[in-house]
Amino acid sequence: MSTITTPLRDSSSKSGKLVDMNWDPITRIVGSLGIFTKIDFDNRRVAECYSTSSIFRGYSIFMKGKDPRDAHFITSRICGICGDNHATCATYAQNMAFGVRPPNIAEWIVNLGEAAEYMFDHNIFQDNLVGVDFCEQMVKETNPAVLAKAEKKLAAGSNLHGYRTIADIMRALNPFTGAFYREALQMSRMTREMFCLMEGRHVHPSTLYPGGVGTVATVQLFTDYIVRLMKYVEFMKKVVPLHDDLFNFFYEALPGYEEVGKRRILLACWGSFNNPYECDYQYKNMTHWGRKMYVTPGIVVDGKLVTTDLVDINLNIRILLGSSYYDGWENSETFVRTDPLGNPVDKNHPWNQTTIPKPQKRNFKDKYTWVMSPRWLDKRTGDHLALDTGGGPIARLWATALAGLVDIGYIKATGNSVKMYLPKTMSLPEVEFEWKVPKWSNAIERDRARTYFQVYAACAALYFAEQALAELHKGNTKTWSDFKVPQDAIGCGFHEAVRGVLSHHVVIRDGKIANYHPYPPTPWNANPRDIYGTPGPYEDAVQNTPIFEDNGPDKFKGIDIMRTVRSFDPCLPCGVHMYLGDGKTLETHHSPMFGLQP
Amino acid sequence: MAADAVPYGRVTQKKSPVSDIHIIWMTAGLGCDGDSVSITAAEQPSIEDVLLGAIPGLPKVHLHNPVLAYEVGDDFMKFWYEAEAGRLNPFVLVVEGSIPNENIKSEGYWAAMGTDSKTGQPITTNEWIDRLAPKALAVVACGTCATYGGIHAMAGNPTGAMGLADYLGWDWKSVAGLPIVNVPGCPVQPDNFMETLLYLLYQVAGLAPMIPLDEQLRPMWLFGQTVHEGCDRAGYYEQGDFATEYGSLKCIVKLGCWGPVVNCNVPKRGWMAGIGGCPNVGGICIGCTMPGFPDKFMPFMDEPPGARVSSSTITVYGKAIRALRHFTNDTVNKEPKWRHPRPELTTGYTPRNY
Repeated sequence: MSTITTPLRDSSSKSGKLVDMNWDPITRIVGSLGIFTKIDFDNRRVAECYSTSSIFRGYSIFMKGKDPRDAHFITSRICGICGDNHATCATYAQNMAFGVRPPNIAEWIVNLGEAAEYMFDHNIFQDNLVGVDFCEQMVKETNPAVLAKAEKKLAAGSNLHGYRTIADIMRALNPFTGAFYREALQMSRMTREMFCLMEGRHVHPSTLYPGGVGTVATVQLFTDYIVRLMKYVEFMKKVVPLHDDLFNFFYEALPGYEEVGKRRILLACWGSFNNPYECDYQYKNMTHWGRKMYVTPGIVVDGKLVTTDLVDINLNIRILLGSSYYDGWENSETFVRTDPLGNPVDKNHPWNQTTIPKPQKRNFKDKYTWVMSPRWLDKRTGDHLALDTGGGPIARLWATALAGLVDIGYIKATGNSVKMYLPKTMSLPEVEFEWKVPKWSNAIERDRARTYFQVYAACAALYFAEQALAELHKGNTKTWSDFKVPQDAIGCGFHEAVRGVLSHHVVIRDGKIANYHPYPPTPWNANPRDIYGTPGPYEDAVQNTPIFEDNGPDKFKGIDIMRTVRSFDPCLPCGVHMYLGDGKTLETHHSPMFGLQP
Repeated sequence: MAADAVPYGRVTQKKSPVSDIHIIWMTAGLGCDGDSVSITAAEQPSIEDVLLGAIPGLPKVHLHNPVLAYEVGDDFMKFWYEAEAGRLNPFVLVVEGSIPNENIKSEGYWAAMGTDSKTGQPITTNEWIDRLAPKALAVVACGTCATYGGIHAMAGNPTGAMGLADYLGWDWKSVAGLPIVNVPGCPVQPDNFMETLLYLLYQVAGLAPMIPLDEQLRPMWLFGQTVHEGCDRAGYYEQGDFATEYGSLKCIVKLGCWGPVVNCNVPKRGWMAGIGGCPNVGGICIGCTMPGFPDKFMPFMDEPPGARVSSSTITVYGKAIRALRHFTNDTVNKEPKWRHPRPELTTGYTPRNY
């Protein structure tokens, strides 16, 4: 390897000597991300962190002038793991702009597809990508004493998941050779089959349209889905105790581990799973039907639910520059001055954004990434909050729990927890799980919430399948409503991509796209310092992280930083390089690929 | 016999002349990593089939893909530098994402991976291709972005994006004499890619001749037929019976399906495990495997201009055929008249003793 970088200039520090440690690329995520840090090894803390993305594609630019009906086909290609979330969100915005309401069964089909996406994506990310950070091979290389403890620690849920000790769980997570790693990979295929039943293809769906779906609603469609769903339900009855055992062990084995990846509780959720009985896609009714979604939209600040109103959420989104490779758009056209309710729309709102790329040298003192800085203006304080999604599940569960609105038999939001019921399966009895609001927004709780949200998605799917079958049995098999594309219109869609908030804003002029700005979760999480100097969530979370890894600078893996970054489920081509200060080069030995021993 | 301790069957197993092979997989083009995600869905063969040696006769395969790698940062990039130095021999270079044009601006980068140790600046994807392609045994473009440019190369794009063959040259050959191998699809169909990789591994092991490619550098056995030729809705087309709204199980060519002129096997193969697809399950074919994608197929939801003549022509013939078949269908839907409970046998057999 032996890459030596010109060391980043040390910022003045009153504490220990800072060492530049950079990782580019960060692997086991989707997309391109680099994390550049200064670490104070004397005090075992990360002093500074910069997050950088190395890819620019320009969707907002090349979509201008295109047919608005093409938006969901095009925007699906933004993301290679949750492209369907984009396609779905785009159809929500199209439905609003075109004034069309899909038939009920079409909404159930979309919800079933999106539930399968959550079941698949959280599963593969948790157990095939994040899980590797907790596997035996990794723990051996970073904290051998922790592995020794794990060998002796009996797993509380071993009667449920079958692994006797925590170390057995870690071994099962070793990439490719681990039994649970392979079981999870296989499960990620079955859930994608469920997805393909509803949306045609993974990851860019073929059967979604504005106005509904092209999926043919038949008895067979739902049989094929439900049979697979019940296998997943059985799987999750083992996975929840397995992950609880693993995550609880880290708190126990490494006292203070709750500080890893901890940041202020600033969580955003834009809501998921529209309720076809309530959602008419009209902006003027959005506050109402937003609250009827089966995952409640909401913003949680310092543990308090600030709003569940999608109109409020929408109007206070601000896109800021500061450290990104773009010029400002203060002299560009203002497309939308007021929303359909007459509220003023800010110049820095996505409806009014103009993307003007300006490629330039990377300079961590100035501009260093292609990601812009989305913020949410808290009217109470005037702060531009750097909200994060926590990788999706923690924000969804937190907002839903506090709002206490969801109550569909399989799921009940209580005001401080979410209860989930899984019925009897082939070899296991019925089970209830309860996700309780945690004390911290940190790496372990983001990861734990992911497991619980897999259950949530399965529970929601059980309900959606019942609703869809009821429609089918009534003979309501029409899955699409016709529409006309208006000459001039605006629309917005709010959804939860797997890893968090997703919005699409469209402006139509003369029957063509005049402006289109999607905001996926990763810009919210991976953004740089904004014009006010506020760091983005990755930067913020890593910056506060203590170092628990045993290795010093010469063999440093940065595992605590990796766990922090991956807890957000990054979804951009990101990279991380590892450099040491003083021009010192790391000597590394060949590591076998995927943990396979030669 | 004890002297013959080797089971007789083992003679069937031959060691690959190449013991180890590396796959350097770059996702740093302008893409979405959807092709890497797609191959984790493959089961024919699966990625673990190939990596864990579940298929006989192949060399040991070492995969270096950023979405799946154990290593991070420089530990991961080490393989790139080894390959560049000629010390990772042999290796197959897989490229995912379209190739931006870095020559159209004065500074900065559109796509990059890793950091240059001298300048502290990112190393562009294009530079990596320049460094690695000349050393690779074979170069495979995975997905439509890498093969032909795809979505990020559509009209009005700011990056000047293109496909790998546009960048390296359509006549480019690897050190081993292989042309670029293109496996298009947006994303690539999981098994199509893994099967192509498997073919190349067989070829490396001396178990298969040169991979057969068409003019667009696609494997011929995968892209030799059109969507329509493999579509289970083609029968509706033949009978001139066209859907007028999405959700119908009839032929959707009038709703924007380009299947009759698109090279792709997805309706035949399904998306995964035979499930899903495009027109076969109600999704219009938007031509995502094609060099002309996406511009030549937009707006996607309008009937392809070329389909009007053929679908009108077939409607005349198709309606007549449908009527005739309807008549025959009625006939074969009725049982023969000799199946009854009456106290008489009318099958044509004459009983002799009952």
